[in-house]
Amino acid sequence: MTDVVAEPTTPVAVTSARGEMPPWRLLLRRPTFIAGVLILLFWVICAIFGHLIAPQDPLAQQLLATNKGPSGAHWFGTDQLGRDVFSRVLVGARSILVIAFFATVIGTVAGTALGLAMGYLGGVIDIVGGRLVEAVLALPLVIVAFLFVVAVGPSPLTIIIVIGLVFTPLIARTVRAAVLVERQQDYLSSARLLGEKRAYIMFVEVLPNVLPVVLVEFTVRLGYAIFAIASLSFLGFGVQPPTPDWGADISVNYGVLPAGYWWMTLFPAIAIASLVVAINLVTDSIEQVIAS
Amino acid sequence: MTTYILKRVGLALVTLWLLSVLVFLACQVLPGDPGRAILGNLASPSAVAALDHKLGVDRPLIEQYWTWVTGILHGDFGQSTQFSAPVGPYIKAALINSLKLAALAFVIVVPLGVIGGVVAALNYGRPADRIISVAGLSATTVPEFVSGIVVIVIFGVALKVLPVSASAGAGASPASQFEHLILPAIPLILILFGYIARMARAGTIESLNSDYTRTATLKGLKRSVVIRRHVLRNSLLPTITVIATQLGYLIGGLVIVEVLFNYQGIGNLIFKAATSKDFPMLAAGVLTIGIVYMVATLVADILYTVLNPRLRLGGAE
Repeated sequence: MTDVVAEPTTPVAVTSARGEMPPWRLLLRRPTFIAGVLILLFWVICAIFGHLIAPQDPLAQQLLATNKGPSGAHWFGTDQLGRDVFSRVLVGARSILVIAFFATVIGTVAGTALGLAMGYLGGVIDIVGGRLVEAVLALPLVIVAFLFVVAVGPSPLTIIIVIGLVFTPLIARTVRAAVLVERQQDYLSSARLLGEKRAYIMFVEVLPNVLPVVLVEFTVRLGYAIFAIASLSFLGFGVQPPTPDWGADISVNYGVLPAGYWWMTLFPAIAIASLVVAINLVTDSIEQVIAS
Repeated sequence: MTTYILKRVGLALVTLWLLSVLVFLACQVLPGDPGRAILGNLASPSAVAALDHKLGVDRPLIEQYWTWVTGILHGDFGQSTQFSAPVGPYIKAALINSLKLAALAFVIVVPLGVIGGVVAALNYGRPADRIISVAGLSATTVPEFVSGIVVIVIFGVALKVLPVSASAGAGASPASQFEHLILPAIPLILILFGYIARMARAGTIESLNSDYTRTATLKGLKRSVVIRRHVLRNSLLPTITVIATQLGYLIGGLVIVEVLFNYQGIGNLIFKAATSKDFPMLAAGVLTIGIVYMVATLVADILYTVLNPRLRLGGAE
């Protein structure tokens, strides 16, 4: 009896494995994707459990051990206030990852909704949205974010909202283009002929088909968000001291770089670089798999 | 083609107007009370009111915006609150400095990026392609101050071969000025390399797969001739657009590099304006960057139309 029940499932599994592999399995075969995910995972773990992993309190000042180079006691040395740089780098993953993640989520959700409306409804929404995209594109991201954060005053919430708002029209533009392609498909005409509501068609019929585009946009924008947030922190308009933050720590310490105290800026800088490179490895792999 | 260019210029003007509103809102409305912001919490209400009146921020918003915009159209960018002097000359001097740095980075990165992209495309899918693509993409997204610090540590601190500050000082010789600009140019080159290489790669792949390339190959032309005469001529067209767009970006992205290397350019100017809450200077600086950026994009679009025979001969619109 059990054999009879099991029989139909086996051939199905075989054909699907021989034919098209599910996308996530194609991803797992790419070494660049694995490397990117591992680095990303490392920083996510640091962001969540950083305070438990860090060998020392990232805020504790040892005024007798300031400006010490890397050693066994302090792997990455100490900063100008005698704080352990290694601990600050581990714990510093939290602020940038949290802010970048929420900013990108806001931008992606709002941008996808706007892009669906622009592409599917067209008309006035499309024209106004198009102008909005142009105006936002007329300035580099860092400058727009800088301008508004300076005007409103730096706080994590401000940065999340400003970057989310700037991303919205940019993501909307990409989603709109994908929706325009979908509009030509037969399944949409049949949905319309069936008398489905416009909101239902947009979110239930079109949205699942443009999701790969949305996913790629999310990862690409996440990289840009980290770039912008780190830059704002470096300029002193991001996360404020004494909270451990890579950009802010660089901002405070790069002045003593010419004096030879390189460790307090170089290690946070490498942390930022590794995070952006990891996200790009992941993005690149996802794009390759979707394209193939 | 003329109608297309006119339409394009018209659109740029509309965007410019939107941008001016955006900058005005950010610099005049969002900070709340500019007098309070400048004088701090301890200043007396009467002093704040007097400064507000002097700055003109107690008048209706539309009137303020009108005064500001018409002033700019007449070449008056307002009074800097930190220097108590007209903003215009500061912007001009800073812009010239920024253009020097940008020009140096540009002259180096354009050939490098184009060659990188074409080499990647000709080795499509092979390790050389993957390395150039991923390295280019990573270099593009690593913030300028991160690569800048790595460069400073290597060349300025460890090897001590190049100066870590970009300012050569007053009256320095052109050779010395050039030497001081080498390190700041490297982060900018890294950022732009990825963009340009990616476009050159995409353009080359597209024209490698096109019918005319197949025809040329089947005609028996040598591969080098096919690539030079048929592939590159078509593939470099979209790259030109990206290159011109990046010129504007370059000037905007200078903020970080100029602050890191303490270079007296437009980026450093708006940074200092922001830290000392000098909103007229901040508004003028950001607007200037926006204008430069927009002009660069406009020139790129027009250049693309002029260089593309299909559009030049009346195919457009």
